[in-house]
Parts: sequence; C-alpha cells; structure tokens
Amino acid sequence: MDLTVLIVRGIIILVLFVITLVIAAYSTYGERKVAAFLQDRLGPNRAGPWGLMQPLADAGKMFFKEDFIPSQASKWLFILGPCLAMLTALMSSAVIPFGDSIRFAWNNINYDVTLQGTEINIGVLYIFGVVSLGVYGVMVGGWASNNKFSLLGAIRAASQNISYEIALGLSIIAILMMTGSLSLRAIVNEQASFFEWNVFTQPLGFVIFLTCAFAECNRTPFDLPECETELVGGYHTEYSSMKLGFYLFAEYINMFVSSAFISTLYFGGFHYPFMNEVGAALETSLGAVTGHNLATAIQFVIFFGKIFFFIFFFMWVRWTLPRFRYDQLMNLGWKMFIPLAILNVIVTGAGLLFNIKYASWLIAIVMIVLAATSMSRAPKREIVPQQS
Amino acid sequence: MQLTNRSKQVSNKEMTLAEKMYLPAVISGLGITIRHLFRKKVTIQYPEVKKYLGPIYRGHHVLKRDEQGRERCTACGLCAVACPAEAISMVAAERKKGEEKLYREEKYAAVYEINMLRCIFCGLCEEACPKQAVYLRHDRMVPVFQERDQVIYGKDRLVEKMDDRYVRAANSEVKATPTEPSLTRAAT
Repeated sequence: MDLTVLIVRGIIILVLFVITLVIAAYSTYGERKVAAFLQDRLGPNRAGPWGLMQPLADAGKMFFKEDFIPSQASKWLFILGPCLAMLTALMSSAVIPFGDSIRFAWNNINYDVTLQGTEINIGVLYIFGVVSLGVYGVMVGGWASNNKFSLLGAIRAASQNISYEIALGLSIIAILMMTGSLSLRAIVNEQASFFEWNVFTQPLGFVIFLTCAFAECNRTPFDLPECETELVGGYHTEYSSMKLGFYLFAEYINMFVSSAFISTLYFGGFHYPFMNEVGAALETSLGAVTGHNLATAIQFVIFFGKIFFFIFFFMWVRWTLPRFRYDQLMNLGWKMFIPLAILNVIVTGAGLLFNIKYASWLIAIVMIVLAATSMSRAPKREIVPQQS
Repeated sequence: MQLTNRSKQVSNKEMTLAEKMYLPAVISGLGITIRHLFRKKVTIQYPEVKKYLGPIYRGHHVLKRDEQGRERCTACGLCAVACPAEAISMVAAERKKGEEKLYREEKYAAVYEINMLRCIFCGLCEEACPKQAVYLRHDRMVPVFQERDQVIYGKDRLVEKMDDRYVRAANSEVKATPTEPSLTRAAT
C-alpha cells in the first residue's frame, strides 16, 4: 500500500509540476498580452494563432543565446543562483489543495485520493519556509555576479523580503487564529459558506497579504531588486541565456503560487457557492464515482479561475502603478503594515473571544471613515497659473 | 521665462490621510487601466495592412516614361549632383537611329543605378530633374533586401513598366497626372 501511495502522489506531483510550468510559460505570454491590451496595443500575435506559440519561441531563443559567465564572477554560485530560485519556486505548490479528491473504484472499494501534492498539517509554514528561501536565489546570484548593480539588487531583495515577510506572516496569524490549524485543507474547508470566505471576515488582512505578496514576488510596484531604471537589470544584470530564463520563469511560478495561495487563504480555495448541493446532485445522478470526480473537476476549474484572476490582477497592477521609492517601500512595510497587522490580530482575537466573526471590519470601517473625513476636510489643490 | 502654458505647478504639500493610504488612488488607477482593456486597439497589422501615407510620401524611385513610352531621362547628371548621399550614378549614351521609340531625346542613360543603402529618400533628385524623369513613388516602398547584391537598383528595377504606370492621383493639388509633360515642378 505504501508503494501505491508513493506512485499516486508521484503522479499528482508530476502533473502539478507540468501544470505549473505550462502556466508559468503562458503567464509570460499573458503578461505581454495584458500589457499590450492595457496600453491599447495588440501584443504578440505572430507566432501561431493569436501568438500562442510565443512562449515556445521565447524558450527557443533563450536556449540558443550565449551562456555567458563573467570572468570575475564566483562561478559555482553564479550557476547556483538561478537553480535555487527555480527550485524553491517549484517546491511551494506541493501543499496547495487543488480540489477535493479523485475517487477510484477498485475491487468494489472506493479509494479517495486528495487532489493535492501532499497533505501536511503545517502547509502554511511549509510555504512560508520555501518562499523565504526563494530570496536566496536572488541574493546568491546577485552577489556572485561581481557587479555593483547586481549586488545592490540582491541587497534590496533581501531587505525587502525581510521587512514584508513579517507583515505577511502577521496578516495570516489572524486566519490561523480563526481556523485553529496550519493545514491548508483545513483552512479551505473552514470557508465552506460564501460569506465566511476569509476575504469577508478578514478584509484588512487580505489587503495587507495581497500587498506583501506583491513585494514577495518582486512584482511592480515593489520590483526594486530588478528595476531597470535604477539598477540596469538588478540582480540578473550579468545573466544571459537560460539562466536569465530561469530567473524570469521563477518569478512567474512564484506569481502562480502566490495567486493559488491567496485564493486558498482568502477566497475559499476550490469552494464555490452551492458546492455541496451540486456535488450531492451529481453523485445521485451519475453515481458515486463519476459524480464525485465530475464535482472535483468543477472545483478544480473554479480554483483555476480564481488563480487566473489573481495572475491577471498581478499583471493589471503592474501596468497601472509606478514603482515605489525605496524609503517609501520601507515606510510602508515597517510603519504601516506591521502595526496594522498586529492591530488586526488583536481585534480578531477580541472578536473570537466574544464570538464575533466579522470583528476585523471594525478597523476597516474606522480607516474608511478617517480617510473620508480627511479627504473632505483637506483643502482642494488649486492649480496656480505660473507667473511669467 | 514661460514658453508654453503646459507647465504644471508642483505641489509639495503634506499628503492627507486618504492619500497616505494609497488605496483610493490605486483603485482609481486600476479603473483607468481596465477601461483601456476594452478600448479599440490602435495597432495596424503592418505587412498585411498598410496605412495610406499621403500623396507626398517619398518611397520607391521610378524612372518615368512619357505618354508614348519613351524614357524621359537624358542622363544630364543633375540628380546625381543633387544627391546628398551620392547614391546615384549613371553612364550616358547617344541615341542611335531606330531608337527614337525608346528614348525621348538624343542622349539617354545607358546605365542608371541607385544604391538603396545610401539613399536617404530626401527627394532632392526629384526636385533637381529638369525632365520630370525621376520620381519617388508615394504608393510603394523599397522592399527589404537580404543580400548585398540586391542593394543597387539598376534600370531593370527603376524604369516604369508600361502596364504599371505611376500616377500620383491622390493629391488634389496635382491637377495633371505625372505622365503628362505639362506637370509643373510647383505642383509636386
């Protein structure tokens, strides 16, 4: 039986791996399309119908470019950097539940196999551990390049990740307090009814988590480690060929994983309204095996719909907001998010004590009221015509 | 000194609380960009769809024939002199008996070459020509070349074909077609 479990898990992990790679590859295409559409352009449309072969063409180009290693670079660390980035990016999707379970009937016994790389009771911790290792890829690569710009990019990546990881963790603490478990499946199952999705019970935590996820993925407006306008290419200035490709790829995989993570934590994972009713109806009409598998397939599709929305949201924000200045980034992280996240934890705890689920709205409402009053009281900015 | 009235006064005042929260501004920004997602795209699919570049676009050179199909060029060399890029070269020859159908005047260009790598499409040859023999077409571009031996355009590619005559019709100011000798310099 152990061997069967191993084989089944192996197949699921392999499928997840392939899905992750395909989605990451098509995210690069999607990014260019979204960028183009938001700028009234058409984007890549030459390679294949609607440019769908573009990722393949890009990969082909990447492979055939010269793989250059600077003579003064620390050679092995230079190679290790992108490998680490890619490795950690690929590892993190293992614990995310993509659906309920697949059912096999064998010798008249139904076997349920959960649609998840592996179910561990510390899934959140695992993801946090792996994601925070991801910055080592950036740091090692940036340091090993023996280039001032790369080093600056690496330092920025490190300090940015440190300052945002705290707020990221604190914003999740509130959810963990409500669920009482670190298992992602438990967190998903906690959000069974629509109005108990954590985005409705934890609006402030969601905003903090989302922003910190942007910073963790090094995406605009927090893409300071690689900002072209200041640091040439940041940590990957010296990289070329598929090593650069690995860095870029890792970024898109991270984006996919954090989208999946956000959907899992705040948007009910694979849950959708009336899911249990639909599942029961399918099982009665199509039989326990087919009906159950079809219900799981619907959950899978719903979950990927949520993931794709968040990937789109990442791109949407990238092409909307300009980059933060470094001191603004640090101010936002240390002086705004961390206190707010702690306050959120306290208020949620108080709410749990008195059995109020939506206690965290208190902070949100207070903030909205304060903002509205300050906006209405502030003097209108007048455009003074310049004296000539 | 103020040159335009487009300059904006930069305000350095303290941000209000709502502005410090960034979120209202972020949301309004996202609203602006999402509207562009559904807007009509301005891209022109270039090689398949070509935009009309106007009647004064300077494209592919053409050596004109007159209305009887005789070459107008007399190899005077004024275009070569006028050319700032020195792209034009020619060899003159004298018209022999029986060639009156081919060449309009007693002297003609036996060889007329334009180096398309040197040409900057300024149109000075067109202006310099006293015989209205050389024009830069407004409706056709010099195609992309891949080999160096395709770069120099000889008479085979420059002299206009009788079944594909060049008419600059789109310009309402050009009253006569360029095939007629009455076309004045001022009109082009």
